[in-house]
Parts: sequence; C-alpha cells; structure tokens
Amino acid sequence: MSGNTLRGRCAIVGAGQYGLGQAAGYSEIEILAKAASLAVADAGLRMQDIDGIATASVSATMWPMPVIEYLGIRPTFINGTMLGGSSFVAHLEAAMHALDVGRCNAVLVCYGSTQRTAQIGRRQATEYRKLLDPQPYEAPYQPLSPLSSYALAAARHMHQYGTTREHLAEVAVAARQWAMLNPEAQQRDPLTVDDVLNARMVSDPLTVRDCCLVTDGAGAFVMTRADRARDLPRPPVYILGNSTAVWNRQVSSMEDLTVTAAQQSGRLAFEMAGLTPGDMDVVELYDAFTINPILFLEDLGFCKKGEGGPYVSGGAIAPGGSLPVNTNGGGLSCVHPGMYGIFLIIEALRQLRGECGERQVENAQLALVHGNGGTLSSQSTAILGTEITL
Amino acid sequence: MEQEFSGPQAQYFDMLKSGVFKIQRCDACASHVFFPRTLCPHCGSESLQWVEPSGRGEIYSITTIRRDAQHGGDYNVALIDLAEGVRLMAHVAAIGAAPPAIGDAVTLVPPEEMPEKAQDVLYFKVRGKVRR
Repeated sequence: MSGNTLRGRCAIVGAGQYGLGQAAGYSEIEILAKAASLAVADAGLRMQDIDGIATASVSATMWPMPVIEYLGIRPTFINGTMLGGSSFVAHLEAAMHALDVGRCNAVLVCYGSTQRTAQIGRRQATEYRKLLDPQPYEAPYQPLSPLSSYALAAARHMHQYGTTREHLAEVAVAARQWAMLNPEAQQRDPLTVDDVLNARMVSDPLTVRDCCLVTDGAGAFVMTRADRARDLPRPPVYILGNSTAVWNRQVSSMEDLTVTAAQQSGRLAFEMAGLTPGDMDVVELYDAFTINPILFLEDLGFCKKGEGGPYVSGGAIAPGGSLPVNTNGGGLSCVHPGMYGIFLIIEALRQLRGECGERQVENAQLALVHGNGGTLSSQSTAILGTEITL
Repeated sequence: MEQEFSGPQAQYFDMLKSGVFKIQRCDACASHVFFPRTLCPHCGSESLQWVEPSGRGEIYSITTIRRDAQHGGDYNVALIDLAEGVRLMAHVAAIGAAPPAIGDAVTLVPPEEMPEKAQDVLYFKVRGKVRR
C-alpha cells in the first residue's frame, strides 16, 4: 500500500454535460457555464459554494479569469494548468491538496468548446497556433497536427510488434458498439472492421475512422473532501489515485514511439491507490486515435508491451468483452470537443454511480481514467472508486 | 570567447538556409543533441558545440499524408534516427517504385539537390532498403 494520505480523502460529488455534438449559437463560456450549473446542482450545492476552480482552454491562455468572472465566484484556489486533453484529469491532484489542507471546500473543474460550430474554423485556429506556439523543428514538414504524430506512433508499433490495421479498427468498432448503447453519443450507426479499413486514408496507417470526432461540448464536475461528500445527496466517487507525467512535447522528441509517459503516471496512480490493473471494473482511456487505447493498455499494465493489438481483438473491450473500455463510446464515437479529458471522468463517475442504463457495467466499483494531451505528450492517470473501495 | 548575438535556434536555421546542416554535441557528456538548445538535455551542461553529422541514418517511423493533387499531392513525414544518436523530423524522397519504409537506411540530400523552396526542412533519400 502507498501510505499516501490523500487516497480517498476527496471525492467527486456532482457532474454535468451540456451542448454535446453541436451547440450552434452558443459561445464556449456559455456552454461551460451551463455544464457548471448542472454539475453544481447535481452535487446539491449552489454556485456560491464553489470556492475553488480548475479549468483550461485550447485558445485562451488566461482562461480561469473569464470563467471566474462569468460564474460570479471568488475562489481561494485557482488552477489553470493546461496539459492539453489530459488537463482535467491532471487537475485532480492539486485540487485534492488544496481541499485537504482546507484552502477551499468545493472545487469546480470545467471545460467547454464549440470547435465544431465556432466562427473561427479549425484551419484558422491551427494557423494562429503555429504563430503563437511555434514548433519550428516539426511545423515546416506540415504534419497534420496532431494526427500525423499518432500515425507515426501507430506505424512504429505495427513495425515493432506486428500490430495490424485490423487491431486498430477493433478499437473503433468497440467504441462504436458502446456508443450504440449511449443515447448521448454522437455516432451511433453500426461500424465494422471493414468499414474502418476501407474508410478514407488520412495519414498512414490511420483512416478517418481511426480518428476522433470533432464536436462541441462542455463538461464539469465538483470535488469536495470525503467527509463533506457523505452529507451531499449523490453517492460520492472517491479519488484513490492520480498522477501526471510529461516527458516531451514534440513527437520527434519521444524516446520510443511505442512507450508513453503513461508508464510513469499509471505506476504512481496505482501505487497511491494500492491497486493493480486487474482490480479495475471499468476503464476510460483517451482515444483521440485508435492507437491510443492500445498504447495505454500496455503502458498502464493491462497487458505486456506489444500485446495491445491482440488484447483489444475479438470484442475484448467492447460490450460483453473481458474489459469494458470507453463505455460512453469515447472520443471516437461519443464526443470530442478539442479536449476530451473531462468526459472520461464524467463517464467513470456515472458508471460508479450505476446510472448508465443500457451500457452500465454490472457492479462497477473501481474505474481507471486515463487522459492524454498534445501528441502523446502529457499523460494523467486517475483511479476512482465507490464507498466500499475505501 | 566571441559573443554570440543569436540563440541556437536562429543559428541553426541561418546555417540551414546557407546550405549547412549541423547538430549540437555536448562537451561534458559527449552526447549529440537535437533539436538545438542552450543546454544539454542529458546532463545540463551549457557547453554545446555545432558539429556536422554524417548525414546517415535510418527511418524510425514514417507516414504518408494524403492530399489532393491540386494542393500538391501526397507527401511523407518521417522520423529519422541519425547515426549520431539523435532523432529528427524530415521528408524522405521517394526513389524508384518502393516507397520509403521503416528501417530503410537513408542519407541526407545535399543542400544543392534539395527542392528550391526547402530552406527550413531536411530531405533524406533511401540508400538501402530494409530486407523484408
């Protein structure tokens, strides 16, 4: 066991989502605020009870300021750490420390993006980013960002371990099968391995069906100390472990394209929780591209390095398989508004509360959440559990 | 020591634009360094010297990006492991029928043979196919 005093000392007590898919006519901060209101109400609190905030934006560098202003709160704990899509998983640990020492009592973690319907197109935003966040040793080669980085990782994994395009396709098909059980998922039409293989190739070996959706959407959740959580209306979901690791920014700086910093974040999160991969009932992995879950299942210890392809095959991570992975349909089939991390936590919370209807994993008590940011750059792992897992 | 009025990034691209490709080597730990930095990422030493690499390497990974012919057609983006032990992003010129693949031995295309506009990019060409 870890002896880590923060294990289980804080809980997620409420969550909300808004504007999943298309939120035409709404601004980012508007759908963020709608999700925030839903999360705070779900927690049985009022917005004025929120005295801690963690948020990040793809484009606005001072994002906590307008969010605080908009919500009308005066927080004593503020965290604007921006680690791409992993941000909202990475926000857990600092919030736990702040709650535990009494700096604040209720932390709102929130995100919203209208990347699908916004006035500024993605092409334009990419051009701005090249100027404001230059990558002079990669950008001149015009890699599709972030897609080509994941394509390079997938190609290397295939070369080194014999992983196949069919293995990648299995990930997309499993996600779709979960999405078909989730009324909130954006893509619910049947999808086969052949559909993925025959889809338009974008950056070898990834087709358009190996890539996540581009949607709008906002999500938010509320954290309190465990003692307070027990007095709130909904069953608390306790944070048993969390750790974040960054080893590089550029894909060209990765030491080994088949090994991510999830090896570090996963090890430390499991150590903190005193648990192992075999203990997990449900797993939510950041699946921006189909290679991601394969890499993360290996790096987090669910299977050996190089065996991720066979591990996900034959419906093993689909409904009815041996390990339920990405039970909302994931970024591949449910929702992916620029940064997906917050939705991983919301789905894990819902599974552990047992409120997932058709897609509910039976007797789910322990969940692993794994966020990814940048181009396999940032990795954040969290272990969540119900009351009986404390 | 002569005062340098630009950082390693500007020096690197100035050299590249004049047709010279150099990487850094650490005086303290003897590691080669790419991309160019003010300190060695292996040992922290700030004593880095520009050296001309052999230009030989191997394709570590490669992807072909699909693009309409009217926008210039398909192109590849590769990660090259140089013989000096550093990795960098580059294009690989397709020579002959077989497309460049992981494991292929490559060599830097001399600046005078590079496409005219390629002043901030590196091109490699295959000098030996990996045995399949």
